[in-house]
Amino acid sequence: MSKQPTRVTVNGKAHARIVESRLTLADFLRHELGLTGTHLGCEHGVCGACTVLVDGRTTRSCLMFAVQANGSEVTTVEGLAPDGELSVLQQAFIDNHGLQCGFCTPGMLITLTELLRDTPEPSEQEVREALTGNLCRCTGYAGIVAAALDAAQRLRNGSGG
Amino acid sequence: MKPAPFDYHAPRQLQEAADLLARLPNAKILAGGQSLVPMMNFRYVMVDHLVDLGGVEDLRGIAVADGMLRIGAMMRQRDLEMSADVARYCPLVTEALHHVGHRQTRNRGTIGGSLAHADPAAELPAVCAAYDAVIHLASTRGIRAVPFRKFTAGFMATVLKPDEMIAAIDLPIWRQGHGHGFHEFARRHGDFALAGAAALLDVGAGNIVRQAALALCGVATSPIRVEAAEARLIGQPLDAALIRSAAAAAWLVEPISDIHAGGEYRRHLAQVLSMRALTDAARRAGVDVPVVM
Amino acid sequence: MGAKHFGARVKRLEDPALLAGRGRFVDDIKLPGALHACFVRSPYAHARLQSIDIKAAMVLPGVHAVIATDDLPEPMRSQPMPMLLPNPSIAAACTQHVLARGEVSYVGQPVAVVIADTRYIAEDAAAAVVVHYDVLNAVSDCRDAIAAGAPRVHADLDSNVLSTFRLAYGDIDAAFAGAAYVFEEEIWQHRGGGMAIETRAVLASHDAASDVLTVWSGTQTPHIGRRMMADLLGRELESIRVIAPDVGGGFGPKAIFYPEEAVIPAAALKLGRPVKWIEDRREHFLCATQERDQYWDVAIAVDADAKILGVRGRLVHDSGAFAPWGVILPYIAAATVPGPYVVWAYQLDTTVVLTNKVPTTPVRGAGRPQAVFAMERLSDRVAAELQLDRAEMRRRNFIQPEQMPYEVGLIFRDGKPLVYDSGDYPKGQETALAQAEYQSFRERQRAALDQGRFIGIGLGNYVEGTGLGPFEGVTVRVLPSGKVAVATGATNQGQGTRTTLSQIVAEQVGCRIEDIVMTIGDTGAIAQGVGAFASRQAVNAGCSALIAGQTVRTQLIALAARALGVNESDIDLEDGQAVSGAGNKPSIGFGELARLAQGIPGVSLPAGQAAGLEHTAYYAPSQAAYCSGTHVVEVEVDAMTGGVKVLRYTVAHDSGRVINPLIVDGQVQGGVAHGIGNALLEWMQYDDNAQPLTTSFADYLLPMATDVPTCNISHVETVNPLNPLGVKGAGEGGTIPAAAAIIGAIEDALSPFGVHFAETPLTPERIVAALRAAGAYERLFVA
Repeated sequence: MSKQPTRVTVNGKAHARIVESRLTLADFLRHELGLTGTHLGCEHGVCGACTVLVDGRTTRSCLMFAVQANGSEVTTVEGLAPDGELSVLQQAFIDNHGLQCGFCTPGMLITLTELLRDTPEPSEQEVREALTGNLCRCTGYAGIVAAALDAAQRLRNGSGG
Repeated sequence: MKPAPFDYHAPRQLQEAADLLARLPNAKILAGGQSLVPMMNFRYVMVDHLVDLGGVEDLRGIAVADGMLRIGAMMRQRDLEMSADVARYCPLVTEALHHVGHRQTRNRGTIGGSLAHADPAAELPAVCAAYDAVIHLASTRGIRAVPFRKFTAGFMATVLKPDEMIAAIDLPIWRQGHGHGFHEFARRHGDFALAGAAALLDVGAGNIVRQAALALCGVATSPIRVEAAEARLIGQPLDAALIRSAAAAAWLVEPISDIHAGGEYRRHLAQVLSMRALTDAARRAGVDVPVVM
Repeated sequence: MGAKHFGARVKRLEDPALLAGRGRFVDDIKLPGALHACFVRSPYAHARLQSIDIKAAMVLPGVHAVIATDDLPEPMRSQPMPMLLPNPSIAAACTQHVLARGEVSYVGQPVAVVIADTRYIAEDAAAAVVVHYDVLNAVSDCRDAIAAGAPRVHADLDSNVLSTFRLAYGDIDAAFAGAAYVFEEEIWQHRGGGMAIETRAVLASHDAASDVLTVWSGTQTPHIGRRMMADLLGRELESIRVIAPDVGGGFGPKAIFYPEEAVIPAAALKLGRPVKWIEDRREHFLCATQERDQYWDVAIAVDADAKILGVRGRLVHDSGAFAPWGVILPYIAAATVPGPYVVWAYQLDTTVVLTNKVPTTPVRGAGRPQAVFAMERLSDRVAAELQLDRAEMRRRNFIQPEQMPYEVGLIFRDGKPLVYDSGDYPKGQETALAQAEYQSFRERQRAALDQGRFIGIGLGNYVEGTGLGPFEGVTVRVLPSGKVAVATGATNQGQGTRTTLSQIVAEQVGCRIEDIVMTIGDTGAIAQGVGAFASRQAVNAGCSALIAGQTVRTQLIALAARALGVNESDIDLEDGQAVSGAGNKPSIGFGELARLAQGIPGVSLPAGQAAGLEHTAYYAPSQAAYCSGTHVVEVEVDAMTGGVKVLRYTVAHDSGRVINPLIVDGQVQGGVAHGIGNALLEWMQYDDNAQPLTTSFADYLLPMATDVPTCNISHVETVNPLNPLGVKGAGEGGTIPAAAAIIGAIEDALSPFGVHFAETPLTPERIVAALRAAGAYERLFVA
């Protein structure tokens, strides 16, 4: 039984595949579905570059197997602004220099998406603590934190940007 | 870092899970995966079969009965963190959970998984030690109850047999008005504790300590109750000096040493953190002791 | 012409695609038929390679080949990799074979490579390859390596000393003999790495029809890589194309050419199919180059007024098992010590030592942080002993702006005399101190102490040679579509190269930034290139962009004037149009001009007109451009646990004229994060058998968002007189004095206990041990 069927809804679209049991959710998304926005930085659950939402919760996709996601809904970075426009959070990243090489960025966006959904008015400390599951080696975090607080404010004001 | 091949099983019932564990060779339980899967990716652990308990409803749920808070083994740490019942009846659990990993790890990680993995630095085992929790182990032979003191068996080892799984954890509920405290020291936010202290105090009239529990994580190969500290506290009027004297007993523990921290340092931290945890517990129990450094 | 783009906080062009998850990192590139590689690596730090048995690996379904050294073509089979930076002081050239031949010298050294249908299968097969080793003694600590009777790091090298050299000027003996005070420090700075979040990656594909080998590599130096591949594969340079696509962080380790970058192309050639290798994090810990493990024994001689008379000492530097970049790292460190101070005499003897660990090569800061740490610890020591304010001590010793250009008296790593071109060090320090509210800090410290809290302040100054040569190139070409094509050998791992170069070109050429089509890091787009390291791209590529842009501007104006029948002086270039100010203001678009510039088939071009609208400039700086700055850091120390929190971080940063302040601030902030890591967290540990102990992100600690405060950054712009842009490099300044300032602040916080520190990283455990030895806990905590 080392190959199994799995049916996963990703960014609103259902995908049914037969995969090796050991295929991680990250590799499934990247190579089976061609959604390469989710990145692998460590494959042992620390750097957070692989973070996606599974049934609405941030999850390290390197620590989950595609077969475990059977019946679940997954959101990746590609699903954050499906209409081709950038979301408020993504625009805030541009305005606040929240990314440099961009490798950790998809994970950061997903983590902040969960935070802002659950905590619409986070303090700076709450933003920083929420980000500890995501490592960045380029920015020193300042731009990311500023982008998160900026986006939170814009979302509360109901403005699009 | 890709894992070695294995077969995957997703039982829906507890009995089915127990049957799988009984008959499959070299099988391991997949709970939250936050500790197991990294080891599989590093190929430190290679299993032939993974039994995913994520779909077993019987293993979820929180219930209050007979003075106990019963928590299903597959309860996700995040759900426990947000549970009003846990906060009300066993606030030490809620407090400790703030230190457990990161949001992503708590979204998937489970209480059962943490106890079975038995990392010496893990917070939940120390909390169970403080509560004198009872662990219910299930297999095809039925369910057996093991007090937490008898559940741990050394460095990352428990008395779980290869075909057993944790089904539920019972935490005795302390008297309303009791105090709790949890302090740990880690290098960064969410890291494994170099040392941690979990304290529970039940204080009666005249600030006399009726019941006390002090458990340490990170200091030994498994969580330890500092009975010497508890003995100094029980029956005595609680004040800063008593707390200091009790915390000093933490210095007596036999600490482990590794690349993250040496034994002497852990012993020192045990004392410092015990002081802080007991102080918080005292203050929460309504005793006005000053906040310590 | 006003500066519309230059100096503006232009939003980055790179961002939208990266934010939408449409980046194109090496592993995102999918080539049909691609196979996947996994290397078999030595588990021993030192061993003789006896035999390799691939039978069990080859029978696994999906395995295509297992390649070891004898399966490689010459010359890469038997010739070691070229050494890029030779130095006369190097006793014997020391580089590795791409796949080990006969001997392995560090844990992780590549021995063979498995090629299979998937990485999963390749790992299964790699585990099944049986290698027989004859384990030899290994050397772990570089001090042990030079002790009598030490095991040999390499069986065929009698000595473990790679090189010894002295950097000196002035009469050091006189300086020390005549000094009022002499203070000595022993300093230990541990190993650490760049640790970009994207690991290394190579994808190679050979097109048989055109005989072009295309290699995508997560490298900082594609042109250098191409040369190395040509040498090792025995192929013509022109038949190899190396592309650095989106690269997830560099910081130095990706500037090195690695064995894998030669072996994967060789495998692709051998198998006739594309081959992809994505390094995993564990491999990265074993094999990506690192920095530090340096032991400094230094002394400072001062007069009664704390004026520095001389600095002298010894440095033992751990090179690891090989020296792919020679002795650049310790050399830079040795040359950086004098810094922004007048140091009348100087002498540093450096011993570069081999050990059985992965090699050390430049990582963000490249030896300068170590030098600054030594100099600033000495300065703090002088201040403490003479009971002088630490900022005042430095003030008394600064090189003054009137003394620029200032000749230090050494030769720098760029091969030229160390001459600071410009800088205002006193102003930098004053600015940082004012922003940090240094004057009122003692009050804040006293108030905190009353609450039982220990806070401290520290500072660090540095001078950094950036913008190193030899050159970098930029081509600017106007296209028939009206867009402006730009090609450069400069690369991007997050520093916003596309954006900054676009700003410069758009400014010069008079087009819109969004009309620039840029190719970065592709050897197929521009013939010569060097790449990113030593904070060199703003200077080198920036000036090339300026020169090429200016030249094309001239061409555009000339052609437009001819086409419109007006004087050149009447022509303005704006948003891709050449507009005449005269008459009824006729205009002509860049696209049409580009077509005109192609002429008509068979018809001679008018006199004075050259073909096309393009220019390639290879700016070659005459010497390094010297940046400087001051960091002031406030920390809080939990005296009971040894835990340190960085409360406040202030930077005054001089990197000359600033092309894009948004990007420069980002570089400083990002550099500070590395500095905090170096000071408090990052320690690559090995045991006595040179086995790496910290091989995951759980053991090797990177700063998190809760560890790095947002810095207060002030720009002090002293224009570089040596290049037409007036710019200097900005990538590493954030890191260089950080550890010095942080450790100084910790010492200041704990001054009631009189403890002293001279190591990095400084761990809570070490802080507690020092406090215990000083009797702190007898006062603080009654047992």
